[in-house]
Amino acid sequence: MITEFMVVAAEEGDHNPILPIWQEILFGVIAFAVLCFVLMKFVFPMMEKTFAARVDAIEGGIKRAETAQAEANQLLEQYRAQLAEARTEAARIRDEARADAEGIRQDVLAKAREESDRIIAAGQEQLAAQRESIVRDLRSEVGNLAVDLAGRIVGEALEDEARRRGTVERFIDELGAAGSAGGRR
Amino acid sequence: MSGQSIVLAADVPFPPSVEDFFPPSILPWGEQNNYWFTKISLLVFLSMAAIIIFFLVTYRKPKLVPTKKQWLAESVYGFVRNSVSIDMLGTKAGIRFAPYFTTLFCFVFLNNLWSIIPLAQISPNSHIAFPAFLAIISYVMFIAVGIRKHGFFKYFKMALVPPAPWFILPLLIPIEFFSNFLVRPFSLAVRLFANMFAGHMLLLVFTLGGFALINANVAFAPFAVVSWLMTIALTFLEFLVIVLQAYVFTVLTASYVQGSLAEGH
Repeated sequence: MITEFMVVAAEEGDHNPILPIWQEILFGVIAFAVLCFVLMKFVFPMMEKTFAARVDAIEGGIKRAETAQAEANQLLEQYRAQLAEARTEAARIRDEARADAEGIRQDVLAKAREESDRIIAAGQEQLAAQRESIVRDLRSEVGNLAVDLAGRIVGEALEDEARRRGTVERFIDELGAAGSAGGRR
Repeated sequence: MSGQSIVLAADVPFPPSVEDFFPPSILPWGEQNNYWFTKISLLVFLSMAAIIIFFLVTYRKPKLVPTKKQWLAESVYGFVRNSVSIDMLGTKAGIRFAPYFTTLFCFVFLNNLWSIIPLAQISPNSHIAFPAFLAIISYVMFIAVGIRKHGFFKYFKMALVPPAPWFILPLLIPIEFFSNFLVRPFSLAVRLFANMFAGHMLLLVFTLGGFALINANVAFAPFAVVSWLMTIALTFLEFLVIVLQAYVFTVLTASYVQGSLAEGH
C-alpha cells in the first residue's frame, strides 16, 4: 500500500515527503533562529525578572511583616517589664510611706506626750507657786488682822460682851473662811 | 486508483495525493518545484512574526500585577517553565533551559496550528524539513549538554554502558547506541511530521471526499454532508493533535536533556 502510494506520488510529481527540501530547512533555521534570538534575549529574561520581582515583593512583604511583628512583640515585652517594675516600685513606695507614716505618728505621739507632761509639770509648778504666794499673803494678812482685831478690841474697850463675842465669832468665821480658802496648813 | 483520480480531476482531485502538500510557488507565481517563496515558507515566517509580535506587545511594559495580556504571555512561559522544564530538570537547570523550550513549544505549536486555520490549512510541519532541523537541534543540544556536564568520555560511557554484568555488555552497548543516538532524532522528527502529514491528509480525504461523492452522483449528497461533518469533527481532533505534538516534542527534548544531566546510572 505504501509502495503503491509512493509510486503514485512518483508518477504525479517528483515529490517525496520523506526527503527534506533544503530551502525549507534554510528558512526554518532562519525563522527559528530569529525567534530564539528575540524571545530568549528580550522576552523570557524579562519574564524571569518579573517573576523574581514578584517573589521578592511577596517575600519582602512577609519579611517586613515579620520584622514589624517582632518589633511589636519586643515593645510589648518591654512594656510588660516596665509595668512590672512600676508595680514593684509602687508597692515599695507604699510600704515606705506606710513606714514613714508610722514613724511620724510615733513621733507626734511622743511629742504630744512630752508636751502634755511638760504642761502638767508647768501647771503643778504654777499651782505650787500660787499656793506659796497665797500662804505668804495669808500670813501677812493674818498678822494684820490680828493686829487690827487687837486694836479694835482695845479701841472699843470692851463695849459689851455680846458684841464682843459676836465680833470674835465673826472674826473667827472670817478667819476660818480665809483659812479654808487658803488651803490646809 | 490513479485512473479514478484522473476521471475526477476535472473538478476535484480525489483521492488527495502527496502533491497536495506541495503547493506551487507564490513568487514566481504558480511555478512548480520552486521552493524559495511558497505557502509553506510564508507560513513559517508568519508564525515567527506572530510569536515575536505577540510576546513583544504583551510584554512591552511588564508589571508586577499583570494585565490580562501579560498574564497570557506569562502563563505560556510559566507553563513550559514550571510543568516541563523545572519539573524535569530541577529548578536551576530548568530555569536555564526554559527559554529555549518555550520558544520551541511556541514555534512547533503555531506551525502546527496553521493546519486548521482557514485559508492556510496546511502545517509547515507536514514537511519533514522543519521537524528534521528542530530534531537535529535537540539532538545536538542533549549531546552537547551531556559532554559539557560530564566530559566527553564519561558522558559516552554513561550513555552507552549500562550497569550490567560484563558478558551482556556487547549486546547492550549497540542497543543503547541505537536507541540513544540513532533513533532519537528520527523518532522526534518523524513523529511530528507524520502526525501533521496524516492530519492534513485526513482532512483532505473527508473534505474532497464530500465533493467527490456529489460529483459521482447527486443522490450521494447526504453522504457528502456526513463526510463534511466528519471534517469538522476531525478538525477538533486535529487541534488536540496539534497541542499534543507540540507538547510531546518539547517534553521529549527536555527528557533527553534530563538524561544528559543525570548523575550517572
